[in-house]
Amino acid sequence: MLKDITLGQYFPGNTVAHKLDPRTKILLVVLYIVALFSAKGVVTYAIIAACLAACVRVSNVGIKQLVRGLKPVLFIILFTGILNLFFTPGERYLVEWGILRISDTGLRNAVFMVLRIMLLIMGTFLMTYTTSPISLTDGLERLLNGLKKLRVPVHELAMMMSIALRFIPTLIEETDKIMSAQKARGADFESGNLIQKARALIPILVPLFISAFRRADELATAMECRCYHGGEGRTKLHVLKYERRDYTALTIGAVILIAVIVLARFGL
Amino acid sequence: MSTMIETKELRFLYPAGEDGEPVFALKGVNTAIEKGSFTVILGHNGSGKSTLAKTFNAVLLPSGGKVYVEGMDTLDEKVLLAIRQRVGMVFQNPDNQIVANVVEEDVAFAPENLGVPTEEIRRRVDDALRSVDMYDFVTHAPHLLSGGQKQRIAIAGVIAMEPACIVLDEATAMLDPVGRQEVLSAIRRLNREKGITVVLITHHMNEAEDADRVIVMDEGRVAMDGTPREVFAQIEALRSMGLTAPDTVDLLDRLRQNGVAVPLDALTVEECADAIVKAMAGK
Repeated sequence: MLKDITLGQYFPGNTVAHKLDPRTKILLVVLYIVALFSAKGVVTYAIIAACLAACVRVSNVGIKQLVRGLKPVLFIILFTGILNLFFTPGERYLVEWGILRISDTGLRNAVFMVLRIMLLIMGTFLMTYTTSPISLTDGLERLLNGLKKLRVPVHELAMMMSIALRFIPTLIEETDKIMSAQKARGADFESGNLIQKARALIPILVPLFISAFRRADELATAMECRCYHGGEGRTKLHVLKYERRDYTALTIGAVILIAVIVLARFGL
Repeated sequence: MSTMIETKELRFLYPAGEDGEPVFALKGVNTAIEKGSFTVILGHNGSGKSTLAKTFNAVLLPSGGKVYVEGMDTLDEKVLLAIRQRVGMVFQNPDNQIVANVVEEDVAFAPENLGVPTEEIRRRVDDALRSVDMYDFVTHAPHLLSGGQKQRIAIAGVIAMEPACIVLDEATAMLDPVGRQEVLSAIRRLNREKGITVVLITHHMNEAEDADRVIVMDEGRVAMDGTPREVFAQIEALRSMGLTAPDTVDLLDRLRQNGVAVPLDALTVEECADAIVKAMAGK
């Protein structure tokens, strides 16, 4: 059951969307987010939605998988939508029902807000679906390289992230084992109210934490034994290189962003 | 032959825990491991065998005495990386020594740390994976492999540093019999074909039978040192240290006690069978 967790899930593939340099994809997502937040009207939103649709098409990722990614944030989407719908003051009210009033700007805001969050999440998910976690961290490390001069521990952060990703399956497996062991001794995780259920998790979390610390200690020793001494003078098995398609993708992204910003100026 | 690792009056003190006295895990060990040799270090739990192994590449530093790796003092911080590059170490739990979530990335970890150029890393990763017979798994995710396969990946990760010596600290203890065989035959091949010095720490007697040399640790000291035949023939002394002899020697010993004149130094199953047949024929 725990194995179903989707966290930064990656669907391997061989499309252009997969082959793009991770740095390009990260930058494109940044451009996409900026565009999304500058969009004002129907035209600009339509352009952005069309871009996303085109990317989904190219990437061969099913629209179902993308929509599934929205599930965990459904509550936030609904909450934002309802709040905007009822509590935006406007000049003309479409419906008045006690203190609940829907104004024309309210309706407009609600629709665009919901659209914005959905597009935002689907866009970022598209990136994680088409980029393996390793190349994503690699790309982030390279992109943020300049921050090293400001003493930001970029390499260390990237290393931490990739080790965390590496240990997710191991720790999930371990959690399953501990749960089985506790169940075999009569522990009950299913019944009871929320507090009782939370309390039942303590006998799982304590051994899990202890073993995680032990693992961390052993891993650190093993890394030192393999001559790990920080990011200095480190080379890479896979060196990231921008290809022609990366420049093309970035140019298209920039052009669309500028178009969206200009159109938004006119309130479209 | 020249010396790979040498210890001189090596002592190691574990600092006191919450309840008690500090413990001397090593109480003056003098030994030398020769280049290209296959040495097995045996001992029961708490005999100091793992502690000894961890001093070989400066994971633990001596509390007294010295450890030299190809003449380099492990207490000298300037040569730390050089020592770790010469003496690779593989640990018990394969899950806790695999760094990356793709096999090739993990094997590349050590050469990346050493600043080896990219093409050279590629070559070393492929060579290392081939030498442990895991080349077919280059792009696999390590957590989906079996214990024996994971441990061979860990060995490949060490081989990729191109070390002169590999220390395996109970590297087979968590594996099933099949996995243990896979790992052992990979190590033997590395020793024979690449001339890599191997130090195998274990408490499985049978793993020692085709070693060049067996060192038995007891109470932080070297209790016995010799060829497997010499060591295992001293069956009473082994038992007094809480160790059992390999099954073959154990069988021969029991036959002797029942009046069959067999020698005690037949280690492999074939030798043992031959010895018994000979003894029975002589009756």
